[in-house]
Amino acid sequence: MLKKILKLDEDLAKDGPRSSKVHSVAALFDTPDEIIHAAAETSNAGYDKYDVYTPYPVHGMDAAMRMKETVIGKFAFLAGFTGVSLAVAMIGYMSGFDYKNIIGGKPFFNLPASIPIMFELTVLISGLFCVFGMLLLWNKLPQISNPLHDTNFMKYTSSTRFGVAIEASDAQFDVDKVKSFLAGVGGKDIEVVYYPEENIVPQTPIFNRQFIYTLILVAIVTALGTYGAIGKLVNILPFDWMHNQFKVNPQNTSTLFKDGRSMQRPVDGTVARGYMPYEYTGMPDSLVKLLSNPVPMDEKSITRGKKQYNTYCSPCHGYFGAGDSRLNGQFPNPPTLHSKKVREWADGNIYNVMTNGQNTMPSYAKQISRDDRWAIVNYIRVLQRAENAKDTDLP
Amino acid sequence: MDTVNKPISDKVSKLGYALTGIGLLIIVASFLTNKQRGAFDYLWIYMFLTSVGIGGLALTALEYLVGATWSVPFRRVCEFLAGIIPLLIILVVPLIFTMGDLFHWLHPEPGDEILAAKKPYLNMNFFLIRVAFCIVVWFIFYFFFTRNSKKQDTTKEPGLTRTNIKLSVVFAPLFFISMTMAAIDWMMSLEPHWYSTIYGVYYFAGTIVCTLAIVTFISIHLKENGYLNPRVSNDHFYSLGTLLFGFNIFWAYIAFSQFVLVWYADIPEETVWYMQRWHHGWQYVSLGLLFFHFVIPFLILLPRSIKVNLKVLKVMSVWMVLAHMLDLYWLIMPTYSSSPVFGWQELGMLLFAPGLIIVVFTMKANKENITPVGDPKLEAGLNFTL
Repeated sequence: MLKKILKLDEDLAKDGPRSSKVHSVAALFDTPDEIIHAAAETSNAGYDKYDVYTPYPVHGMDAAMRMKETVIGKFAFLAGFTGVSLAVAMIGYMSGFDYKNIIGGKPFFNLPASIPIMFELTVLISGLFCVFGMLLLWNKLPQISNPLHDTNFMKYTSSTRFGVAIEASDAQFDVDKVKSFLAGVGGKDIEVVYYPEENIVPQTPIFNRQFIYTLILVAIVTALGTYGAIGKLVNILPFDWMHNQFKVNPQNTSTLFKDGRSMQRPVDGTVARGYMPYEYTGMPDSLVKLLSNPVPMDEKSITRGKKQYNTYCSPCHGYFGAGDSRLNGQFPNPPTLHSKKVREWADGNIYNVMTNGQNTMPSYAKQISRDDRWAIVNYIRVLQRAENAKDTDLP
Repeated sequence: MDTVNKPISDKVSKLGYALTGIGLLIIVASFLTNKQRGAFDYLWIYMFLTSVGIGGLALTALEYLVGATWSVPFRRVCEFLAGIIPLLIILVVPLIFTMGDLFHWLHPEPGDEILAAKKPYLNMNFFLIRVAFCIVVWFIFYFFFTRNSKKQDTTKEPGLTRTNIKLSVVFAPLFFISMTMAAIDWMMSLEPHWYSTIYGVYYFAGTIVCTLAIVTFISIHLKENGYLNPRVSNDHFYSLGTLLFGFNIFWAYIAFSQFVLVWYADIPEETVWYMQRWHHGWQYVSLGLLFFHFVIPFLILLPRSIKVNLKVLKVMSVWMVLAHMLDLYWLIMPTYSSSPVFGWQELGMLLFAPGLIIVVFTMKANKENITPVGDPKLEAGLNFTL
């Protein structure tokens, strides 16, 4: 097996037959100083379709080759700008419109929380753009290999030596002149590089039929494999003891009931345990004031009522019922509970307001249990008494 | 090697003395008219000069620590800036005598449990010990770094570079501890109920931006007037500009990290510091700081062509120094006044601090070589290309 792989590797590394079309003339140099000198001479001589190949980055090469400022910076800036805009648009749409969620009382869309995402997307999009830009614009993607590959020249410039290759596309290219020029600046092992035979007719291998079939095959295999692995394989139970039971599960169809639902509505008039229905919704005050307080006015109920009052009522009504809200105007302040009107209300009336709500006050029937609501009524009575104490109350 | 050794022109040193003199007069007048305002302004000046002094020392040490070669032609600029450190010993004295006007924790209200709990750290004696410790540490390392560097000019002994490398290894942790301490003691303890664990890093980031800006400005000025070796090229200044740009982003990163945690948690005892900077006109200073310190310089310094354009780079370095002044103003002054104040008293800072830097720099530059001629890395540093 290993031998076969090595053989394959060797075959791939072999240089294919070359045509007679010239790609470039290449020369090798031994030291970084020589290559800097050669690059400077080449650009001085007026060649502009040439490139320098070195095994590692040589400092000062940009200046020697008289490279203009690349467009990479502008390209990356535009891509980064796209990233920022995408991030703002994405977060703005998601948290501002599509899925409004209150998080810590912050505005739905807010800048500080979006900045990390803006930063990340800037980096991501500019990175991706640069990589794809490199593949498409600089590496000229449909062309999958450079004619310089697999030449002696490339073997050396990727290990120990430095090289210049002047390409045939240059305006003043002439094989003999370039050869003598390169020899003049100290180039060694000058070789003429020809296009490989398979490259002479510029085929675009991405439209190769075999390639496309292979891609489709890979797509199908990957999709089926992923579906099988994630959708089926991980759901196979090693032991299914007691996993499947003959019982009705919620949200399933039932063969037992006529309407085919496994979950049935309760019979009309059903009362849940611990829940006393309130039948006076929307009734006039003259009726609800007849409700009597089932919770006795004792220390236990007042203590309980105080705790519940401080939790649920005091944010708006204030700790002593004066209507001094602690919400800083975020919700309208309620009137005081010490007014003559409320003092003269029957217990049932106060209980009714807590249960059904009144004006902007919502119903608290879901948060506070029935007994606790009556206990709060007792506590409000205590507060009212304390606020309007008579001389006779003094011991 | 062709080194230039001509004295800095008289005009520059005269300008320096004039600025320092006028600034000093303003500071004295400010102390006499309103002692508390004078104290806060003076603290502002003192923290700025500390920034420049220890920033210069840190950049010197950094070069030894990482073995950089390209910055060797500029190292003397950093060393001369660090020459402010010995002056800090004198400059700190007025602050010691006005501490009562500055620090609330010296006279807390009775029953203030938070300040009572912080008493073991925030008390007069320990505070003075820490102040002395910081200045002594900076002074000792300043003394040895510059002495070795100066000695090398004549002896050309490579061993001195090795000694300084060892010194810088010891200095690095001490620097961060002392600098964080100084930032917390002098500025964060102005509002003793509030704290932020990133405060020292924030001050460090501003310090390095400011010092790099001053080094860039002075180096370009020296280059333009022919004091630097002609082989100091755009590649060197490009590297300085990149560092300036990079550390400015670092500053913004740290500033944002501090802000976003406080903003997200929204706990009153943490937000109070930002709320103070978001009311009664301070919000314009806060927003101004964001744009003046980060957004605009970021966009201007982003392209490569700007970083090799020495004229623009010079303007931008002055810009960044002013931005650091604004940064410190924003850190210190809200404690003094609930709305931003800027009068003739604050002009003292704008005149005295740059004046003192010029005076110290010209005195040093006239006595010593502007280029470290004996440094073994100098040749490689001058040959530096991108």
